[in-house]
Amino acid sequence: MSEIFVVVEHRNGEIREITYQLLWKADELCRKGSHTLTAVVLCGEKENFISEINDRADRVILFEDERIKNFNGDLYKELLVRLIQEHKPILTLIGHTPWGMDYAPSISIKTGYPLATDCVDVIFENGRPKVVRQIYAGKIFSRVAFKDSEGYLITVRSGAFSIDKAGEHKGEVIKKDIPPDLPTARREFVAFEDAGAGAIDITQADLLVSIGRGVGEADKVPAMQELANLMGGVLSCSRPVVDKNWLPKYHQVGTSGKSVKPKVYLAFGISGAFQHVAGISGAGCVIAVNKDKKAPIFRVADFGVVDDLFKVAEALKAKLA
Amino acid sequence: MEIIVCVKRVPLTQEVDLEINPQKTDIRRDMLAYSINEWDNYAVEEAIVLKEKHGGNVVAVTVGTEEDEEVLRRSLAMGADKAIRVDPGNLLPDSFGIAKILAQVIRGMPHDVVLTGVQADDLNEGSVGTMLAELLDLAHAAVVTGVTAEGEEATVRVELEGGVEEVSRIKLPALLCIQTGINEPRYVSIMGIRKAAKKELNVVKIEDLSLSRNDLSPMTTVEELFLPPETEGAQFLEGDPATVAEEILRILKEKGVKK
Ligand SMILES: Cc1cc2nc3c(=O)[nH]c(=O)nc-3n(C[C@H](O)[C@H](O)[C@H](O)COP(=O)(O)OP(=O)(O)OC[C@H]3O[C@@H](n4cnc5c(N)ncnc54)[C@H](O)[C@@H]3O)c2cc1C
Repeated sequence: MSEIFVVVEHRNGEIREITYQLLWKADELCRKGSHTLTAVVLCGEKENFISEINDRADRVILFEDERIKNFNGDLYKELLVRLIQEHKPILTLIGHTPWGMDYAPSISIKTGYPLATDCVDVIFENGRPKVVRQIYAGKIFSRVAFKDSEGYLITVRSGAFSIDKAGEHKGEVIKKDIPPDLPTARREFVAFEDAGAGAIDITQADLLVSIGRGVGEADKVPAMQELANLMGGVLSCSRPVVDKNWLPKYHQVGTSGKSVKPKVYLAFGISGAFQHVAGISGAGCVIAVNKDKKAPIFRVADFGVVDDLFKVAEALKAKLA
Repeated sequence: MEIIVCVKRVPLTQEVDLEINPQKTDIRRDMLAYSINEWDNYAVEEAIVLKEKHGGNVVAVTVGTEEDEEVLRRSLAMGADKAIRVDPGNLLPDSFGIAKILAQVIRGMPHDVVLTGVQADDLNEGSVGTMLAELLDLAHAAVVTGVTAEGEEATVRVELEGGVEEVSRIKLPALLCIQTGINEPRYVSIMGIRKAAKKELNVVKIEDLSLSRNDLSPMTTVEELFLPPETEGAQFLEGDPATVAEEILRILKEKGVKK
């Protein structure tokens, strides 16, 4: 019997959804393995969100300090490494988010605990965790084992687990002092900026005609815009389309773009990376057009068309003209 | 400014039916084409942009076989001054091992900025960069979409979820994991690669890095690769494009999408 740690992710006074997913999985692992669940919170003074997690963990370890009001990778690392060395939790679960990606590998190096990242499932076998990961853009799954260790670190893909509350817990809140010798951070937070706002709001559309890298070149974008207009829809896209400056950022669907909830999402030449499909979980119906019948998007789509996207687009235009 | 950029060659897996090897530990690679990891391409461009602005040198590093030198030559053609390949021999290091090897090489070289991609296309672990930062005791930032260096510091933009960016100040030397879209990677021509053949490309053997077996023993091992479980998945619309288009329009109507 040991402890499972969940590191709580929050921003601007709100718990991030990934935290609930980590707690849900940790609860399941705790019940199966008779471990206890500890949520670790690093935050500024007097945050209100503790009440939203303490009924999901057996205890909440709380570090409160204005220096960690906003995420700081250097200070998270320092505080978590010391806490892990003190408690020796069998498992520490962290979100595979931009922040989790920032400090989980550092903690692994500092503690010597092995790390597996971007995991979509976690089980225990003979007291040791094993994980499932998706590789090669989701075309292959991989079961990964760890070398023997006192404790293990796992970052979890967002959306892999439920956000529901599973077991009942009475989280006792334990306040921890910030060690006086906490070093100064080498990186300091300045501000959050919204880079995603713009002229068009893709989150309100009933029909999104969405294009991916499969459109091939900037010159092909106007024809797809025309199709969206003819269909009475709004044009959206995957990330590479924005990276290549074919469309502005406010068209982008996905974790680093927008989450959308159209009645129909019509995807042309999008492979279905998890960062993309995470943004369309609210769509009523997904229709995907892709040349590759093994493209992972077909695993989440309701309807699929295996064909050249331009042929289908032209045929649609012909019907609507 | 002394800049080091770490790059990896990855297989292209789109429109390919991937097969798993009989041992179930890797995919069958014999039929695959390769290219530079997408994220690393942006990292190389960012290195060149920084050099053009601040002067100095760019060194591209990879851990891999002779075939992987292709991505180093490409980096040299883009404007890197020098390249290093670490030959791992018959070792198959995991991301932890790769970070250790890179750290050992970079430790002996001047560096103000070390760049990696956020993740690699193939295994999407996203951990080599920040592990390397820790091993080199460098300040770091993950998922970087903007860098402005001034003196001993840099302002970096880190991409978070939902279009939000986090602006922060970081002390140099630092390691930055570069996200796609940060710049527009320059075009590399065959001629350019040919010309870059004159540039220095050194090969370092793993035995010469004074790393022990223990240093390189993997933290994780692949137990088994398997194909995604057959879920219900999409219902496929069959027929010629006109039939498919008809069907799509019918679905739109059924789902209440008004024109
Ligand atoms: C931190 C982070 C955040 C990210 N955030 C996002 C995000 O918010 N949104 C996002 O989309 N991605 C995001 N990504 C990137 C994501 O991992 C993928 O790289 C990206 O989604 C791939 O986009 P794509 O499907 O358009 O391109 P690809 O994966 O290149 O797929 C193109 C598809 O088009 C098909 N195709 C090609 N030609 C044709 C044709 N003529 N007809 C039909 N089909 C064709 C191919 O078969 C392929 O399946 C993020 C990545 C990271 C690391």
